[in-house]
Amino acid sequence: KLLYQLLFIYDHANPLNITVNMEKLIQCPVFSLPDPQWYPARQSIRLDPKGKSLKDEDVLQNLPVGTTATFYFRDLGAQISWVTVFLTEYTGPLLIYLMFYFRVPFIYAPKYDFTTSKHWVVHLACMCHSFHYVKRLLETLFVHRFSHGTMPLRNIFKNCSYYWGFAAWMAYYINHPLYTPPIYGEQQIRLALIIFLFCQIGNFSIHIALRNLRPPGSKTRKIPYPTKNPFTWIFLLVSCPNYTYELGSWLGFTLMTQCVPVAFFTLVGFIQMTVWAKGKHRSYLKEFRDYPPLRSPILPFIL
Amino acid sequence: MSAPASAGTSKAAHSDVAPKKKKGPGALATAYLVIYNVVMTAGWLVIAVGLVRAYLARGSYHGLYYSIEKPLKFFQTGAILEILHCAVGIVPSSVVLTGFQVMSRVFLTWAVTHSVREVQSEDSVLLFVTAWTVTEIIRYSFYTFSLLNHLPYLIKWARYTFFIVLYPMGVTGELLTIYAALPYVQKTGLYSVTLPNKYNFSFDYHTFLILTMISYIPLFPQLYFHMMRQRKKVLGHVEDYSKVE
Repeated sequence: KLLYQLLFIYDHANPLNITVNMEKLIQCPVFSLPDPQWYPARQSIRLDPKGKSLKDEDVLQNLPVGTTATFYFRDLGAQISWVTVFLTEYTGPLLIYLMFYFRVPFIYAPKYDFTTSKHWVVHLACMCHSFHYVKRLLETLFVHRFSHGTMPLRNIFKNCSYYWGFAAWMAYYINHPLYTPPIYGEQQIRLALIIFLFCQIGNFSIHIALRNLRPPGSKTRKIPYPTKNPFTWIFLLVSCPNYTYELGSWLGFTLMTQCVPVAFFTLVGFIQMTVWAKGKHRSYLKEFRDYPPLRSPILPFIL
Repeated sequence: MSAPASAGTSKAAHSDVAPKKKKGPGALATAYLVIYNVVMTAGWLVIAVGLVRAYLARGSYHGLYYSIEKPLKFFQTGAILEILHCAVGIVPSSVVLTGFQVMSRVFLTWAVTHSVREVQSEDSVLLFVTAWTVTEIIRYSFYTFSLLNHLPYLIKWARYTFFIVLYPMGVTGELLTIYAALPYVQKTGLYSVTLPNKYNFSFDYHTFLILTMISYIPLFPQLYFHMMRQRKKVLGHVEDYSKVE
């Protein structure tokens, strides 16, 4: 990705007058006039080629620049909104799983087309899986407040492959005519369901708590604290309890279905969420001097 | 070489402010790496000598695998340490890339050649073993000399030139070997799991091997042309000399 050097002449006396030094621009070896396709979301403008991007809210007057300012522009590539990505990546698993559940033709042997499983845990699993993704879709539409508007376009292909691929892989085995229900039967399934529901409610509680930290339309960041809701008391020990509860939900689902692909999906998800949680935890520590020291990124005391 | 994780992601992105400091290996790590690379060079030389001696003794190319089976397994498997070197940071390469390269070799050595006895006498095995042997001798001596800051131009040239022939040669040997293993894997159901079972999981090794072969199609050209670009960069100024026919 090319980095362009833009020179502006900034007039302190008339701050609203910014003239672009065209001479310098033309001298740039590989340069064409800014493409109108470079809409704001895909522009990264920074004061230092290797530094952080300036934020949307940054004001020229408050930046550490003199009468001439040099900005560096980088094209971030085609962007897509987070909401679009989330809706697409979550609708896939919802529908794909149902296709396997209803045993749509060409998946299993023809004699099983449109039949239903004789094991009640398979019906329960379908309800749980569908509930999980419906919850995610509704949260995307009504609960989450996103810091960033967009992400690179190629992420949607990457993310959808992940979610849709794993959903198909798991659904294939759970809804298979030769599926074997959990060894410990009803006891195991009941325990798994309790864990799953507990963690779903927990995860939702955290999302609500995080939403309430931030007024509508703002991008402020504050330290999350436990609220009256007992499910949020985990904030005492963990920075990203939404991930903790998510892990718990999938562990519950693994126990419920006793299916290796589900266990594998849980593991991969856990690894990714741990990476995110550690990053978030580090950002919190960097941004807030008074950040509670007892908290771990994702697992209390452990990780 | 590798772009920082925040490049290309959303604007007000990650909190990385300063670029990461490039930390080279300390004196102890350098000493260890020199020993490691010397040992590996020696090991692959042993394999090379073993191949030549066996050929001279038997008078044919057939079945030479058996004469170097043990050192091949030992030294190729030992290369797993290289993944560790990257993870710990004493070698500035990507863990993922190195991991991928090493594990694909280990896979061929153990999960194909060792596991399917019937392919061990195939000539394709000799093809990739020879390619690997020559490549590794050059590569490990390259690293050894680089670490000692005394890299003879010949080694550098060899490292960035021999691959032009050795790489396709090795890939051909590998693909032919996997292909030869297919009927036996299908017949015996090697490493395969079928339904129903209490873990609700199935795996067909035969299909997996076919998919592996197919994966060479996108992967091989990428790696090959990457080496070509590296060659231009490293040996660039010798463009005129390379025109020797």
